Amino acid sequence: MDEMQEIIKTYVIKEYVEDDTELTYDSPLISGGIVDSFSMVSLKRFLENKYNISIPDDKATPEAFDSVNKICALVREYVK
Amino acid sequence: MAYTDTTRGMYSDILTGLKEAGLFKQERFIHSAQAADIEVEFPTGAPLKKVINICANNYLGMSSHPDVVKAAHEGLDSHGYGMSSVRFICGTQDIHRTLEQMVTKFLGTEDTILFPSCMDANAGVFEAVLTKDDVMISDRLVHASIIDGIRLCSAMHDTFKHSDMEHLEEKLQLHNDKRLKCVITDGVFSMDGDTAKLDKMVELCEKYDALLMVDESHSSGFIGKTGRGTHEHCGVLGKIDIITTTFGKGLGGASGGCVSGRKEIVEMCRQKARPYLFSNTIAPPVVAGVIKVLEILSASTDRRDKLEKNTEFWRKGLLEAGLIIKAGDTPIVPVMLFNAKLAQDVSRDLYDEGIYAIGFFFPVVPQGAARIRTQISAGHEIHHLEKALEAFRKVGKKYDILGKSKQEIIERYGM
Repeated sequence: MDEMQEIIKTYVIKEYVEDDTELTYDSPLISGGIVDSFSMVSLKRFLENKYNISIPDDKATPEAFDSVNKICALVREYVK
Repeated sequence: MAYTDTTRGMYSDILTGLKEAGLFKQERFIHSAQAADIEVEFPTGAPLKKVINICANNYLGMSSHPDVVKAAHEGLDSHGYGMSSVRFICGTQDIHRTLEQMVTKFLGTEDTILFPSCMDANAGVFEAVLTKDDVMISDRLVHASIIDGIRLCSAMHDTFKHSDMEHLEEKLQLHNDKRLKCVITDGVFSMDGDTAKLDKMVELCEKYDALLMVDESHSSGFIGKTGRGTHEHCGVLGKIDIITTTFGKGLGGASGGCVSGRKEIVEMCRQKARPYLFSNTIAPPVVAGVIKVLEILSASTDRRDKLEKNTEFWRKGLLEAGLIIKAGDTPIVPVMLFNAKLAQDVSRDLYDEGIYAIGFFFPVVPQGAARIRTQISAGHEIHHLEKALEAFRKVGKKYDILGKSKQEIIERYGM
């Protein structure tokens, strides 16, 4: 577990989970129906503000946002 | 392309899959006018059955009101059957202008533009007034037609948790760098019957310089002291930038819708909204009917007052029977059953008892939130509601759900 994983997981739970669904770093977020593709924009903007990065729209795909671990990998590509 | 056996088979498989999943929608044929008492052919080919309808959007009982029917006849005689043109070529009559002016006055806005339906109004409005420099922030439970309209618009889109004003404020802060921010909500939410917190939303929109758009389809004509809608109920008349509503529910029940609000926004729709530009508008007899509806509702609040009393009676009766309903004070009253099969079984048994009410389950409502959605009308008399309550008590007793908690029902029937 690293700090980025925990920050992103905490954000996803606060933002999207409205019941007692358990979340792991590999839980499928979009394909599992936890985050709908409409609501991905706030996650993208949160990551950009938090890590002072800019994620190109063509990289912010449902596949790239489908788990906390995948999001961490995406963010690390852009963090200097 | 030829319609090959492979193509036919592909669609057949999809339709079979819907049937197997219990998601196949089947129409029931009504052989009478829409009203509290209707005659229904169901299943197809079965003898007609007289039932009490408690699932129509006929909130004010206007669908078959004799004065409205008469006005529609007169409109047909004086203005013809159709226009054979879109509005801006040669499809606008004096009565279209009259109706737009009457709706503006009724809703307390600056201007109004008619659309063939509210589905079309919602499909067209966002694309007409917002660009990729803007953001739409919608409640997570808005109607499907709004979601379609949002999809057609190039502006960024985000959501806030249902009726969660703290979450909305966070989103307004997050997107504060955008040229325009447009907050989007239903006035009354059609599945749960709850009401948007428009007073709080107006406050937030003023604080963060955002537009507010409200779909009043399940409110216009009966929510608020004089039936103007949720904005009247919440004390924010004149403060909503964009209202969409339908003439297919409380305001007559036939068809048609509109965008009403700030005059520049309405003009933008007149210039750019594609469902307005590329489709015939509302047919003359329907326009004449809606004009009569607005005359009736502007002259007296009797019908919305009767609806309010009927709703109180119905909600109280269901609670006294020991059923679980969604809290609220609107005429949309969901009877919660939680389990999809139970909702279907109860609906079928109610029909056998002469009560027409439909079960709703996933994916229309969340998993584990199956229900019978009942909708009360000013067209109902107390004897209709008493008979429907008696049926609910009888069927509820059969399934042993009266006086039972959510937990007990789920333990017995599952989610």
